[in-house]
Amino acid sequence: MSVLDKLLPEFFIKVDRELCIKCGQCVKNCGFSALMQDKDKNVKPIHEKCVACQRCMYVCPTKAIQVINFPGTQKNNEYWKPEYIKNIKKQANSGGILLTAAGNDKPYPVIFDRLLLDACQVTNPSIDPLREPMEIISYLGEKPIDISIEFRDNKYVLKDKLKPNIKLNSPIIFAAMSYGAISLNAHKALAKAARECGILMNTGEGGLHRDLYEYSDNIIVQVASGRFGVSPEYLKRSAAIEIKVGQGAKPGIGGHLPGYKVDDEVSSTRMIPKGTDALSPAPHHDIYSIEDLAQLIASLKEATDYSKPVGVKIAAVHNIAAIASGVARADADYIVIDGFRGGTGAAPTMIRDHIGIPIELAIAAVDDRLRKEKIRNKVSIVAAGGIRHAADMAKALALGADFVTIGTVALIAMGCTLCQKCYTGNCSWGIATQRPDLVERLNPDEASKKLVNLIRGWSLELKEIMGALGINAIESLVGNRERLRALELSRETLDVLGVKPAGR
Amino acid sequence: MIPALEHIPSGCAAAGIMNKSGVCISGDAIMDMMSVMHSRSNGLGGGFAAYGIYPEIPDYYCLHIMFDNDSAKREVDSLIEENFITERQEKIPTRNIKEIKDPPLLWRYFVLPKPDKLVAKNMDANDFVVRLVMLINTRIPGCYVNSSGKNMGVFKGVGYPEDIGRFFMIEKYSAYIWTAHGRFPTNTPGWWAGAHPFSILDWTVVHNGEISSYGINKRFLETYGYECVLLTDTEVIAYTFDLLVRKHGLPLEIACNVVASKFWKDIELMSEEERKLHTALRMTYGNLLLNGPFAIIVATNNYMMGLNDRIKLRPLVYGKKGDFSYIASEESSIRKIENNLEEVHSLVAGKPLKVEVNKDVCA
Ligand code: SF4
Ligand code: SF4
Repeated sequence: MSVLDKLLPEFFIKVDRELCIKCGQCVKNCGFSALMQDKDKNVKPIHEKCVACQRCMYVCPTKAIQVINFPGTQKNNEYWKPEYIKNIKKQANSGGILLTAAGNDKPYPVIFDRLLLDACQVTNPSIDPLREPMEIISYLGEKPIDISIEFRDNKYVLKDKLKPNIKLNSPIIFAAMSYGAISLNAHKALAKAARECGILMNTGEGGLHRDLYEYSDNIIVQVASGRFGVSPEYLKRSAAIEIKVGQGAKPGIGGHLPGYKVDDEVSSTRMIPKGTDALSPAPHHDIYSIEDLAQLIASLKEATDYSKPVGVKIAAVHNIAAIASGVARADADYIVIDGFRGGTGAAPTMIRDHIGIPIELAIAAVDDRLRKEKIRNKVSIVAAGGIRHAADMAKALALGADFVTIGTVALIAMGCTLCQKCYTGNCSWGIATQRPDLVERLNPDEASKKLVNLIRGWSLELKEIMGALGINAIESLVGNRERLRALELSRETLDVLGVKPAGR
Repeated sequence: MIPALEHIPSGCAAAGIMNKSGVCISGDAIMDMMSVMHSRSNGLGGGFAAYGIYPEIPDYYCLHIMFDNDSAKREVDSLIEENFITERQEKIPTRNIKEIKDPPLLWRYFVLPKPDKLVAKNMDANDFVVRLVMLINTRIPGCYVNSSGKNMGVFKGVGYPEDIGRFFMIEKYSAYIWTAHGRFPTNTPGWWAGAHPFSILDWTVVHNGEISSYGINKRFLETYGYECVLLTDTEVIAYTFDLLVRKHGLPLEIACNVVASKFWKDIELMSEEERKLHTALRMTYGNLLLNGPFAIIVATNNYMMGLNDRIKLRPLVYGKKGDFSYIASEESSIRKIENNLEEVHSLVAGKPLKVEVNKDVCA
C-alpha cells in the first residue's frame, strides 16, 4: 500500500489503561472490527476502522474507552474542509461514487429553527391539557368537499359513504424503512409500537415479512420501483398502500441494497435471489408520466376493492407544488413529501447533500397550491424528512401538513447514534444490519417500548403546545400559519411560508 | 380604510332580543340592555342588527354600505348600477353627537340582481349578492358592506354601543329581532367596519371572544370562495354559517356541531349512525371548528341563536318571558329590561340555543 492510498482516520480511540478491566465488551460490541485484544487481553484500537458508532463507549463498564475526533490536524481552511479533501482522496483511490447514509447533515439554514409558535395571553385563555380534553386524532385519506345529511327516524344521519380513511391517535407515522435496509427486529419493534400507539409504520420498499402480518392494521405497505415483495397478499395485509416515487435523501435516483444484506429471510420477503443486490430503478418502469401514475393508483385501488387509502411519496424538489397537485388529481389519497433532510440507508453523498428543498417550504407551497386549486380535501399531506422533535412537528402541522413521519428519530430511540454507516451492514446497534450476531442485540420488545415512550412524549408535548395556543383540537392547528412567526427569514421565504415576521 | 393588515382580538358584550310572534319593538330596549354592560366595551366599537325594519320593501336586498370617501362611493354606485335594479337608495339617517367622530358616509341601497346577470353568471340571487359583497369589500378600497340581507340591516361604528345607537337613531326603528355588540378590542384601530355585527345576506353574528383557530378557519373558507378582508375573527363565523347552512344545506344544529364539534370521547359513546355522522363532520369540516373562547349570537330573519365554545370559556345567558327571548353576556343585562323572567339559565358549552319566530312572521 503506497502512502498515496492511505487516508487519515476520522476518529481516534483512546483506551485508558488504568480504568480498563480487560473485560472485552468493547471488542465484542464493535460492529466494525475496530477493536482487538492482544494475548494479554489489552485492547488494541484500529483507528481507521472506527465510525464513531459509540457502542463501545455505551457498553464499557468503567468508561475506559473514548472515541474522539482524530486529533492530528490539517491546516485550517474554511473552504477546503477536511471532509472534501478526504473524499477526493477516497475517489482517487476507488474511482467510485461516494456513499453515505442517514440525512443531509450540511449546514444549510434550518427554517424550523427560525419559526416560533404563538401562545395565549389574557385576551384568549390558554387551555390546560391536564384538565381539558386535548384532541390529536387525525384521519389519513381523502375527505369529501361537503357532506349530505338526511333526517330519518327522528335523527340526522349521513347520506353518503366516505372514502377509506385511517384513524391515527397521533399525527405521527414511522417513516418508510425497508426490511433489508434495517433488521427484522427493528421492523418488529416499529410495528409493535405502531399498534400500541394507534399509529402507522411503513414497510418501505422491502416487502412485509410474514412475522409482521399480525400488525397489518397499523402498516403502510410500499410499492416502489423495484416492486420488491409486492403480491396480492402483501397489498391486502395493510392499512394503506403507498407508491414510492421519490425519497428526500436521494430524489431522482433509485435504491440499492447490497447483496451482502440479502440473506434468506430478506430474499424470501423481497422475492429476490439470496445474495443479489436489490436494485430499485430510478423511475418506476411503468410510470413515465402523471397518467401512468394515475393508472397505477387505480390498479392498486382496484386490486384492494377500494378499501384502503393509496398514497404517493415524492421528494421535495423545486416544482413540488405543481407535482403534488398532479398527484392529488391522479387520485392519490395522501401525499408524503420528503424534504431534503430526509434519511436513508444508503445514498450517493453528492445527491443527498445537494438535491431537493427544505420540507418547511415544500409543505407550505403544496398546502397553498392545493387550497388555491380547491383540492386540499382530496389528500392528506404528510411531511417527512428532518423532523427532530415535537416542536418541529407542531410547526410542520401549522404550516399545513396533516401528519409527520419520523424515521431518524425512531432509529435513535432504538439506539442509533447517527454514525451514518447504515450501508455497510455492520450497524453495531443491530438496526441497519442483517448480520445475525448484530441483529440479535436489538430486542424488539425493548425497542418497541422505547418507541412507545417516544410517541407518548411527543403527543404530550404536542398537547402542551396546543394548550398554549388555546386550541384543543388538532384540526385547528393544521394550516394555522397565523400562529407562527418567523425570525430573520427573507421576505421571499416569508412569502412562500405564508408566515408573518415576529413582532407583527 | 383597513388600518393595518392585522387580525384583531377582542373581548366584548353581546345581547339579543327576539319576539317570536314578530311583534316589532323599538331599539330602546336593546340600548338599555347594552348600557348595563358598558364596562365590557371600551368605546372602540359598537353595533346593532335589526330584523323586520323595512316592512315596506321586504323583498329587496338592502345593502348597508360605508364609504371613506366620495370616489369609493362613485365606484360602488357604478358597480351596483351595472348589476342591480335599484328600487331605492338613500343616506342612512344619523344624528350628530359629539361622542361619534369622523363617521364615514353611510348609505343604503334596496336592490335586486338583474335577471340577465344571474343568467349570464348562472348563479342564484343569494350567491350573486355574496359575490358582489366580496367584490366590493376586496376590490374597492375605502368601502365596506355592513349588511346585505332583506328586511334587515346592520348599524355599527366606532364608539360605545349606546353612542352608536343614538348616532343611528335606532330608537326610531322597530324590529322583531335585535342583536347588539360592544367591543373591547385589545388592539386598537378605530375602524368602523371592524365593529360587530358581522353580516352576509341576512346572517348576522355578534361575538364575544377570540378565535384561536382564525388562521385556518380563514384559509378553509377561502377555498370555498369566501374572502375574509376584515381581519377580525368574527367575520369567519358569519361566512361559516352561510357556507354550512345555506350553501351545503346542513341543518343549523349540525352546523353548530361543526363550529363547536363534539369531543372524540363523546363521539365514541354514540350509536353507530351518530358516530359516523359526527366523525364525517370532523373529517370534512374540522378546519371550521371555532377553537378558542367564544360566545356568539347568530341571527337571521327566522331565528336567533346563542352558542358557546365547547369548553365554555365565555359567558352567555338565556332568558324568556312570553313571546320574548333574550340572550346576553350578563344576566343583569336581561333583567334590566325584564326582571320577571319565566326562565333564565346559562348556555351549556357547545350546545346551541335557538329560538325561532313563528312561521307566519317570515315567508
Ligand atoms: S466503531 Fe463503534 S464500537 Fe467500534 S471502536 Fe468505533 S465507536 Fe467503538
Ligand atoms: S442505524 Fe446503525 S449504522 Fe445506521 S446510523 Fe444508526 S447506528 Fe449507524
